Amino acid sequence: MAAKHLSAEQAIAEVKDGDTIMVGGFGLVGAPLSLTDALVEQSTATDLTIISNNVGEPGRGLGLLLRQGRIRKSIASFFTSNPEAVEAASSGALEYELIPQGTLAEAIRAGGAGIRGFYTPVGAGTDLAAGREQREIDGVLCVFQPPITADVALIYATWGDQLGNLRYRRTAQNFNPAMASAATLTIAEVAELCEPGGIEPESIHTPHLYVNRIVPSTLRLADVQGAGT
Amino acid sequence: MTDARDVIAARAAQELRAGEIVNLGIGIPNRIPGFLDPAVEVFLHTENGLLGVGHRPQPDELDLELIDAGKKPVTLTAGAALFDSAASFAMIRGGHIDTVVLGALQISETGDIANWMVPGGKALGVGGAMDLVVGAKRVIVTMTALTPDGEPKLIPTCTFPLTAVGVVKVVITEHAVFRFVDGELVLTELLDGATEAVVAAETSARYRVALA
Repeated sequence: MAAKHLSAEQAIAEVKDGDTIMVGGFGLVGAPLSLTDALVEQSTATDLTIISNNVGEPGRGLGLLLRQGRIRKSIASFFTSNPEAVEAASSGALEYELIPQGTLAEAIRAGGAGIRGFYTPVGAGTDLAAGREQREIDGVLCVFQPPITADVALIYATWGDQLGNLRYRRTAQNFNPAMASAATLTIAEVAELCEPGGIEPESIHTPHLYVNRIVPSTLRLADVQGAGT
Repeated sequence: MTDARDVIAARAAQELRAGEIVNLGIGIPNRIPGFLDPAVEVFLHTENGLLGVGHRPQPDELDLELIDAGKKPVTLTAGAALFDSAASFAMIRGGHIDTVVLGALQISETGDIANWMVPGGKALGVGGAMDLVVGAKRVIVTMTALTPDGEPKLIPTCTFPLTAVGVVKVVITEHAVFRFVDGELVLTELLDGATEAVVAAETSARYRVALA
């Protein structure tokens, strides 16, 4: 089915209490800034589990959601860029799971691809393997990683067409394609929207079958860089 | 050279071979491009999704959507390729990166590396460190010999949480180059006028001396 076109506020209204939400981006690059802003300002959904490489920065992006106390659990590879998230995780106020970045990306990809987990040598024999199954494969110690899926994925693409086909720009691609595939409801924020056929078929990164909602981007990276406290 | 970090970066640059795919960590490794012989073309990979990292941008070249894994702006080289995180880490985990150069808090005499966490510290993040040291064909560690408190970093056994077990191939400090040869730590070179006694005093790991 073709993606429905909504405003960020309308799309975010579909997020419910207790939802697990994937949020694209590496830091702020490739992050769905308009959707995150709508989640912070327009939604009251709480008790959320957030899956994202970082938990924003203090007072920016997901960092605002953290300040509102609406994140119950966070799954990420790097909390350090938001000292408030490190503090909340260390004090027990924020439940958290720390996963090596490549394992996080692959677990999300696996989630979208129907793979029920995989064994990886990354993290084997370290503290991050604690509580996880470990086994030797061809003489190499590996740790089991289950797939990661979500109720909602919030992603960003520079280019999109009316159907929901997406194309990413520069290093703003990062986690967005994998996350688009791994959620029940994928909401894509798009900077430049065109008619179907406006993107060369060979150049489409995310085919539209992964995308359920299209939202126009109203906040750009240049608008938020330097903001926050 | 007076800056220890430049001594280390300059020596590390000599380790890189023409045509290699190289991933550089933040800190000292980021200084390496400034010391590369222009005749030695390497291809820089950054795990957030780019092969072909170019120089730092001039103001008129700045693109907010083009950054490296340290979240600093970069440029693209001719022939650069962009991809997503899952593909980028498949390259890393799949053994397609020739060399990773990165910093460390501690290295053990058996090649274990600890570089992601200081117990009780203010950091909570592993990023791509574990993926890189496990997946790259060659792991080069660049670090000052001593901690700010004057403790050795090249030690018998790591006391900080491990990043990976037995993966390090080369360690470069401001005073020495060490290599792991058949699992044994070997001092192969003295740098910047250092003596064997200086290196011995700042290294608690056991090692063999085989200066070239």
